[in-house]
Amino acid sequence: MAYQPLKFYQTGTFTVGNRLLPPDVRSVQSTQRRTNSLNSGHRACQGCGEALGARFAMDAAMEASERQLIAANATGCLEVFSTPYPETSWQIPWIHSVFGNTAAVATGIAAAMKVKGRSEVRVVAQGGDGGTTDIGFGCLSGMFERNDDVLFICYDNEAYMNTGVQRSSATPATARTATTMAVGEAPGNVFGQGKNLPVIAMAHEIPYVATATVAELHDLEAKVKNAMRIRGARYIHILVPCPLGWGHASQDTIRIARLAKETGLFPVFEAAHGEVTSVSRIRRRQPVEAYLRPQKRFAHLFGEPPKLEVIARMQALADRNIRRYGLLEPESI
Amino acid sequence: MLKQVEGSRAVAEAVALCRPEVICAYPISPQTHIVEALGEMVKRGTLAPCEFINVESEFAAMSVAIGASAAAARAYTATASQGLLFMAEAVFNASGLGLPIVMTVANRAIGAPINIWNDHTDAMSQRDCGWIQLFAETNQEALDLHIQAFRLGEELSLPVMVCMDGFILTHAYERVDVPTQAQVDAYLPPYTPRQSLDPAEPVSIGAMVGPEAFMEVRYLAHVKQMRALELIPGWAEEFRRAFGRDSGGLLHRYRCEDAELVVVALGSVLGTVKDTVDAMRERGTRIGVLGITCFRPWPQDAVRAALAQAKQIVVLEKSLAVGLGGIVSTNVRTSTSGNAQAVRTVIAGLGGRPITRTSLERTFAQALDGTLEALTFLDLDHGVVERALAREREQRRSGPIAENILRDLGVVGARIS
Repeated sequence: MAYQPLKFYQTGTFTVGNRLLPPDVRSVQSTQRRTNSLNSGHRACQGCGEALGARFAMDAAMEASERQLIAANATGCLEVFSTPYPETSWQIPWIHSVFGNTAAVATGIAAAMKVKGRSEVRVVAQGGDGGTTDIGFGCLSGMFERNDDVLFICYDNEAYMNTGVQRSSATPATARTATTMAVGEAPGNVFGQGKNLPVIAMAHEIPYVATATVAELHDLEAKVKNAMRIRGARYIHILVPCPLGWGHASQDTIRIARLAKETGLFPVFEAAHGEVTSVSRIRRRQPVEAYLRPQKRFAHLFGEPPKLEVIARMQALADRNIRRYGLLEPESI
Repeated sequence: MLKQVEGSRAVAEAVALCRPEVICAYPISPQTHIVEALGEMVKRGTLAPCEFINVESEFAAMSVAIGASAAAARAYTATASQGLLFMAEAVFNASGLGLPIVMTVANRAIGAPINIWNDHTDAMSQRDCGWIQLFAETNQEALDLHIQAFRLGEELSLPVMVCMDGFILTHAYERVDVPTQAQVDAYLPPYTPRQSLDPAEPVSIGAMVGPEAFMEVRYLAHVKQMRALELIPGWAEEFRRAFGRDSGGLLHRYRCEDAELVVVALGSVLGTVKDTVDAMRERGTRIGVLGITCFRPWPQDAVRAALAQAKQIVVLEKSLAVGLGGIVSTNVRTSTSGNAQAVRTVIAGLGGRPITRTSLERTFAQALDGTLEALTFLDLDHGVVERALAREREQRRSGPIAENILRDLGVVGARIS
């Protein structure tokens, strides 16, 4: 089931030109079948990882459900930039209720479809990390526990970007946010806090959990399609860099997302019923510094002198992920 | 069919007759028996097709109802007290989205101090949430109001809260007349919203609205409630013709013809008030009762007309606007403004304190001889209050009041007479 990455090293980059692929393995996004579920014209920032992730995820879900899809959306950037009244970028049935109840609203929609005998209609809930790991966590855990027929997608940009970059329980250690200021003896977010939502989702033993990044969009589409083949509660956690909140150039969104994976800081894997079933291995291992340095939220680590101890602690986190998930090719260990 | 059943059971049977498609349940006393009974019907297959969902909180209960209703399913839930407050954000959202969810509120006090017994603080806290709020006087009326609520809500595209006194009604066994499925089907057509979540016709629901249109949206919500005021009496009349009973409507008047004093109240306490009024009438006192069935929208003109002849008005209410006094009486005053009538507020029955005929007679007599203060608390234990205040004068202290007072009361059970 796992997507097999295609290695086209001749391009000199990791990108895969769709023209080089046979039609049946091309991305949904590159075909005329794509539904533009999240249409152009929305108000996302330049280089927004969430807009990119949502576009690919929802079009893949539309393809997989044969266009029988309803989406529930948490309050947040995705909601605000896509539906400034009286306009909407959504070309699918879409509802926004409040910040913390998206999983429960989706459960209600799924129940309505079931009771009406329309089980072909599938339900996706989506939100940012705040609407998933913090305020939406109660409803999300309830939806998981009941194994309701909902795919929940978290677009994780590691802070509350819509309200001005405040810390969430998905904010990484040392990252500067508006509420974890880059001042004092230990600037930025503290070590030893935060939630690992994919692992918590796995602890519910739901049929499908996956992580993905916007650097590997074929993999992202494949995971959405895998999730849509299954009934019950499913969870996909997508890392989506935020140029505004992370302080990187807007053209570097893909590069930063790739570095998150290639350093081991963001493990990319699939799990079924609580067990990891496949892992996207690191192709060219990078030190965490390569990921941290281009982002202004970590700028306090690279002053004069640089905070080598803190960088080493971040490296230790990446190394632990590499060990825990087996992120390196066996021959390279 | 006449049945001798618990109030909760009567409501559950009424809701089942309305063919709900999604029911969400989260336990909180005293509404639990309602959803338990419905859950059993769904599990047995006697209520079908219907999805019964055990959720993890009241916030989720209302949210599941929102999703279901937006996807064109008839949705029902029940709650009380802290549960209503816990779902408050979603309660406002449901009315803002125009979703005709029906919810029973088994009225109960709000803590701290935690208290499971009846008063109206929970429903009153949500009076501006945009829902229609109906108050049942009896179990029969609670049953009937639920049938009307689905009709009302779906025709107006508004959610409806049916309030019934916790324990006093929910746990009381009374005779009720349960209508037939055919009667209810004839009164309540299937739910067919103008707009719903459907892949065949994609719509975006719940967009962000800025200053350019928000005022208009809120104004139109008000207009819709005002329209409900015009339509509710007609639907109650239609209900009377179909079911042979007077239930619902805006107000109930009782022996108001020549009344000098009119007592305004809502909920089950109206029974005690009517008994008191009957006794006082026998002694020649010109006293009547105005029961408010529809609290939101507030029947401004109907209340004004009903109270026009009264010289004295006593509003008996089971909730307290801390720092102000009465909530219902504040509403009554908007209806009587410009008139020279005295509107007195009697706060009674908070946290399940019994409201007795003796105390009511004394209070109404005081109102008639002009000695009732503008704001009084029925059967308040002044001794306890004075001792607590005296202690506070001696030593400034922070923290909760309850534990401080309980010391004075000793064994609580021994005190209830």
